[in-house]
Amino acid sequence: MKAQSYAAAGKPMSGGDGGRSAAQGPLLRIEDLTIGYFGQDRDEPVRIIRNVDLTIDHNMIVGLVGESGSGKTQTARAILKLNTRPLQPLEGHIFMDGVDLLALTGEKLRAIRGDKVAMIFQDPRASLNPLMRIGDQLARIYALHQGISRAAAQAEAIEMLRRCGIAGPERVARSYPHQLSGGMCQRVMISLSLGMQPDLLIADEPTTGLDVTIQAQILELIQTAQRETGSSLLLITHDLGVVAEVCQRVAVMYAGRIVEFAPVDELFTHPRHPYAIHLLQASLALEAPEKAAETPASGYPAEASPSLELSVGQETYQASLESARDPDATAFMVEVSPGHLVLGTPVTVDQAVPSGFLSGQAGAKV
Amino acid sequence: MSLTSMPPEMAIEQPARAGLPFRRIGTAVGRLTRRSPGFLVGLVLILCIVFLALFGRFFTGDPLLLNPDVILQAPSLGHPMGTDAFGRDVFARVVAASQLDLMIAFFAASIAFAGGAIVGAVTGFSRGWVDDLVMRLVDILQAFPAFILAVGLTAMLGNTVRNVVIAVAVAYSPYFIRLVRSQMITAREAEYARAARCIGNRPWRIMTHHLLPNCLGPAVVQGTLCLGWAILDAAGLSFLGLGIRPPTAEWGVQVAEGTQYINSGQWWISVFPGLMIVIAVFGFNLIGDRLRRAVE
Amino acid sequence: MNGDSAPILRTVDYTKVYDIPGGRLYAVDGVTIDVWPGEAVALVGESGSGKSTLARGILHLEQATSGEMYFKGEETTHMSEGKFRSLRRSVQMVFQDPKLSLNPRLSVRQTVTEPLRLHHIVPRNQLEKRFREVLDMVNLDIRLANRRRQELSGGQQQRVAIARAIATYPDFVVLDEPTSSLDMSVRVQIIELLRRLQRELGMAYLFITHDLSTVRTLCHRTIVMYLGRVMESGPTEDIFVNPKHPYTKALISAIPVPDPRVKKARIILTGEAPSPTRRIIGCPFASRCSYVMAACTEGAIPMFDVGAERRHQAACILYRDEQWHRRFEEETRALTSAIRDRQGPS
Repeated sequence: MKAQSYAAAGKPMSGGDGGRSAAQGPLLRIEDLTIGYFGQDRDEPVRIIRNVDLTIDHNMIVGLVGESGSGKTQTARAILKLNTRPLQPLEGHIFMDGVDLLALTGEKLRAIRGDKVAMIFQDPRASLNPLMRIGDQLARIYALHQGISRAAAQAEAIEMLRRCGIAGPERVARSYPHQLSGGMCQRVMISLSLGMQPDLLIADEPTTGLDVTIQAQILELIQTAQRETGSSLLLITHDLGVVAEVCQRVAVMYAGRIVEFAPVDELFTHPRHPYAIHLLQASLALEAPEKAAETPASGYPAEASPSLELSVGQETYQASLESARDPDATAFMVEVSPGHLVLGTPVTVDQAVPSGFLSGQAGAKV
Repeated sequence: MSLTSMPPEMAIEQPARAGLPFRRIGTAVGRLTRRSPGFLVGLVLILCIVFLALFGRFFTGDPLLLNPDVILQAPSLGHPMGTDAFGRDVFARVVAASQLDLMIAFFAASIAFAGGAIVGAVTGFSRGWVDDLVMRLVDILQAFPAFILAVGLTAMLGNTVRNVVIAVAVAYSPYFIRLVRSQMITAREAEYARAARCIGNRPWRIMTHHLLPNCLGPAVVQGTLCLGWAILDAAGLSFLGLGIRPPTAEWGVQVAEGTQYINSGQWWISVFPGLMIVIAVFGFNLIGDRLRRAVE
Repeated sequence: MNGDSAPILRTVDYTKVYDIPGGRLYAVDGVTIDVWPGEAVALVGESGSGKSTLARGILHLEQATSGEMYFKGEETTHMSEGKFRSLRRSVQMVFQDPKLSLNPRLSVRQTVTEPLRLHHIVPRNQLEKRFREVLDMVNLDIRLANRRRQELSGGQQQRVAIARAIATYPDFVVLDEPTSSLDMSVRVQIIELLRRLQRELGMAYLFITHDLSTVRTLCHRTIVMYLGRVMESGPTEDIFVNPKHPYTKALISAIPVPDPRVKKARIILTGEAPSPTRRIIGCPFASRCSYVMAACTEGAIPMFDVGAERRHQAACILYRDEQWHRRFEEETRALTSAIRDRQGPS
């Protein structure tokens, strides 16, 4: 059979409830994370990513969406303390199994990397040693992490390749990275990462740059593997289509902050933050052109600060691009409905702002 | 560019690691002096020599004036660097020589740079048999150590300042040819080169207008280093009796003149010019070295 | 498409072969396409489909191995570079990554006015006026005129690249993945800009991309390529809603839909595009197609008509006669209904 055709199985644990894993507690909890660098002024660092809170439960796929420069990659890298210099985590904690990952160093940090938290990057070839055969590289890593013999590790490597849908795994194991296509390399990386059976797999734009049919294969693979191993997945992407297909919860980042965090259905039907709405409209404008005429996505002004009002109980908050960008604004995540958080600044009643320019869309006054 | 003035797509700006832009030399120099003491030292040394070359003659006497009354005098107030076997003020001669040496270095390095850059650009851009031919010629030139080549050329051409400049320029041009050529080979594959062709540029214009300016960076750095080596070569040539001959004041000539007196204790005749050579070469090396690291 | 006007671009059996270690690579194999004046045509294909190679051939950056190319009725296949240069004012290109296609040393003004100066489009004293006109058309602020590439955002850079391409008011613009390196919201703006420009200036476009979602709003017709050959060609809407070729069906179904409530009936292809060192006999998709038959690998497959009136064709044996056609339609009804669902939600 050369091609298979089937309806995607219903995603496990769709709809955010947060309650199912409550007994276990979340797998990973990022608390108030701030990342930045020390520029000219050694005392006051420049904060690039501010006050990020993110929770990933067990056995869950969480998407981290944003455009370039939003800070999503560096946020994820902070989990493994792999920020590109000169950026570094400045404040906050990342808790996993009760341990603050940011406080770890040396051996303890190395024990986490690969074993409990694994990461795959956008360019799979950059992660592979161009001078070693694939099989040797994988075997080495398995042997190191699982403490098994080289021969056993070789067999394990080939088996993982096979389980990731790679036909002729022995041939692939004998190849060098440059002999394989981008999609194939990415599958090798996924097989490696999952072979380590991490609790959390971070995938940074794993399919960007790959052909759309290959992307479909890779996403399929990631979903299947996640279901089988029970790992959680933090999927970083700018493609909302990918998010809609694969993720169960989504965090939207803008200007170094998380502006909205919601179950995937909620985000696509009832987005609340202006930036999230803007992003959705942009992707709709391309996908469903008949809707584009209704929405002014093309005329999105850079300077204006559209903002929306959020009403939660008695209190009113303002969600705007400005408050996300402004380091001095007192903005924090507000729960507008169970499991659905939006970044807002509190306003007093007489300062309530009118609804933004987006006409009639979901998200105007509740 | 503040966060608020950029459109949402570029809200975050990562600290950029800038390379050395070909144009904004002023800011680049400023940055280098702040970051690297070596650069500052080199710059100061060279500026001192340049100052000496330009204005030194206002402080000294005639470098060619023979004065049998004061031969072989040790350094003193009247003669800060002493006098030589003919009674000439060593300091005056050192100053006069600095003019000559700097000029030789400047012209030799410039000719090597300009000529080498053009040849390198053309061969790098055209490839094919032109490239092969030129590179074989370059290989032949580089088979000889640069100084030996300069010696041979000067001997062949004759002992004048002009010939020294030519000889040194030819000896160093292979470096520039290779540097610019390799940059050009990469640059010609660049997308903007393809775009330039698409809008209707002729190949020659693509090479000169679009590509060449982007290929000169490493060559400029090499040029700075070359200034120092050129001084060394010119001095070496005249020390050997080629190129510049006495009584012209040139550092190498002076060193040669003073060698016979070292054993008898009159060290100042050779040592001071020698020191000038060292300072000049050292200064250019420091500058060139730091520039190279900045470009990388 | 009147009788007496010629297509802006026509390629007939265009073929480009590269000699590579291990054999010969048929990057483009026997491609025949038309682009008519004022028409926006999408050329869609994944990596290895040959679309970029074809684009380079159209722009005379490479010589064809065989086949012909006509520009406004005039044959340009073996035209000398010098002669073609004068045609370059009417056929321009926008490249994928403006960070690479813009010269970092030139200002916006220099970049955009260069083609005007090269082809002497306007007298010197009119240059600045034309420059401002063009800048206005691409929605760039005049205050950016002296900036260099590094001082602009990605979207602005691509607008400069577009401005450079349209400065001479060309008849035909080839766009090679113009939005692939841009962010989502910028992508929409650029597509919108391209659409407006096309209407205002009446240019023909050849829009090359692997991202199908950008095609729908912009292009009247779509051509789907795979491994150097044309698989399907027709009106864009038809291709999206009613793809006929099995490859096109897989391609369309693979596009992720930004709506989690749409249950995807997806075709997942196994394996990947092989890199051929020999010319493929028959259909290049045969090795991955679930409807493959013996006839698929026996000889060249011509384009068959699959749509009633509107020039929709597919190079697939399934459409050679009615019987196969009907069976195929039955089997894939589930897929097409899922695709139509996409237009429904929210």
